Amino acid sequence: MDMDSLDIRRTRPAKSNLITPLRETASQTAGPYVHIGCLPNSVGVKGIYSNDLMSNRLLADAPITISGKVFEGEGIVCRDMMLEFWQADERGSYDNGIWQRTSTNLETGLFSIKTQMPGKISTAEGCVLAPFISVWITARGLNLGILTRIYFPEHENVITQDPHMALVPESRRSTLLAQPLDGGYRFDIHLQGAAETVFFDV
Amino acid sequence: MENSNQSISKRNYATQPKANYPDYRSTVLRHQKHELVVLPQSIADMTSPVFGHMSLGDKDHDLIINYAPTGKSAIGERISVFGKVLDESGRPVSNALIEVWQANAGGRYRHKNDSYLAPLDPNFGGCGRCLTDSDGNYSFRTIKPGPYPWPNGGNDWRPAHIHFSIFGQAFAQRLITQMYFEGDPHVEICPIVQSIGDARAIEQLVARLDMAQSVPMDLRAYRFDIVLRGPNATMFENN
Repeated sequence: MDMDSLDIRRTRPAKSNLITPLRETASQTAGPYVHIGCLPNSVGVKGIYSNDLMSNRLLADAPITISGKVFEGEGIVCRDMMLEFWQADERGSYDNGIWQRTSTNLETGLFSIKTQMPGKISTAEGCVLAPFISVWITARGLNLGILTRIYFPEHENVITQDPHMALVPESRRSTLLAQPLDGGYRFDIHLQGAAETVFFDV
Repeated sequence: MENSNQSISKRNYATQPKANYPDYRSTVLRHQKHELVVLPQSIADMTSPVFGHMSLGDKDHDLIINYAPTGKSAIGERISVFGKVLDESGRPVSNALIEVWQANAGGRYRHKNDSYLAPLDPNFGGCGRCLTDSDGNYSFRTIKPGPYPWPNGGNDWRPAHIHFSIFGQAFAQRLITQMYFEGDPHVEICPIVQSIGDARAIEQLVARLDMAQSVPMDLRAYRFDIVLRGPNATMFENN
């Protein structure tokens, strides 16, 4: 029974909602309307932010285009995905890392970004990692964001020596390779199915 | 530079929702059937874009007025939401970008794909953002969102909720979640919430009424603290 006086109760601060020991707050789906929060201008919520937060860089003249679609089970195209990309710059620097955000087109399901080819990075032990772009995907039906990587076929020599790629079953490695297309790259993501993309737990 | 280049503790999946939770129908064709491939962390995972010096608009943190013409405001229960962003070691996360979005007081989103019967509020857009201060504190003002029905094969209603997107100091800390309200009977019957099997982890998503921060004759305050994945003890050396 609450023995505090009414005066105390009517002005009382809330207890924290956190549990101890501290545990990461549970993820919840971004839902089908993620655009309102993350890319509002793209769905007509205009006038709140002057521009959508789509990158930490100007990349309009960047040399590489990567486009693709996301497929759920039964080969259905997903039109409500949000994707974020995080990569090293051309010299392999993350101090100068490139971040981008986009969504799959609400009608066609296509996404597309322009960027630089990421440089090679090294592990703490000094092993060289093949250049890659981290891709983090959230949407309706994804209770947790999922993480994959885009690798590039011209780095095949490095990829075959790559200690992270070595942890990926050989039969599934091709799901992480962008495919050259029309001077750029195509990178489709399969959430399920025979070609299910490799997703990572880091 | 905010990046500490420190490795992050592995995710504890016991307090996270199941990827495959058929009561939430959309997970059925979207969850991964293969196990995730466990990777050692690299600098790609320990660093993050930094938005701490981004200039936010002066109304970005005020959803009550940020879509309304001057002098107008959104319809609904006026509230503020405040709290702290910490990592699992209890350290405040400063300069964290928090983006929020929500339905209006009637439970309707300003989105072309939302056709719910409840009307749009001409003075409510539904998004806002803020940065945590050096002690990890954040706050924003809004109206309490309404619950709404959603197509999930039955008579499903979402509890009133606010979506949160949070950037930490490492890309491995990236998090999107939803905040619920103390006392909402929909929390315990919502398939999306209940995809989290752990009752205490659900409780951690429920904001509590804070009468000390409530402003007399103006608005009520809800406290919602957030925890991101924590640092490992050993420092990463960037060769």
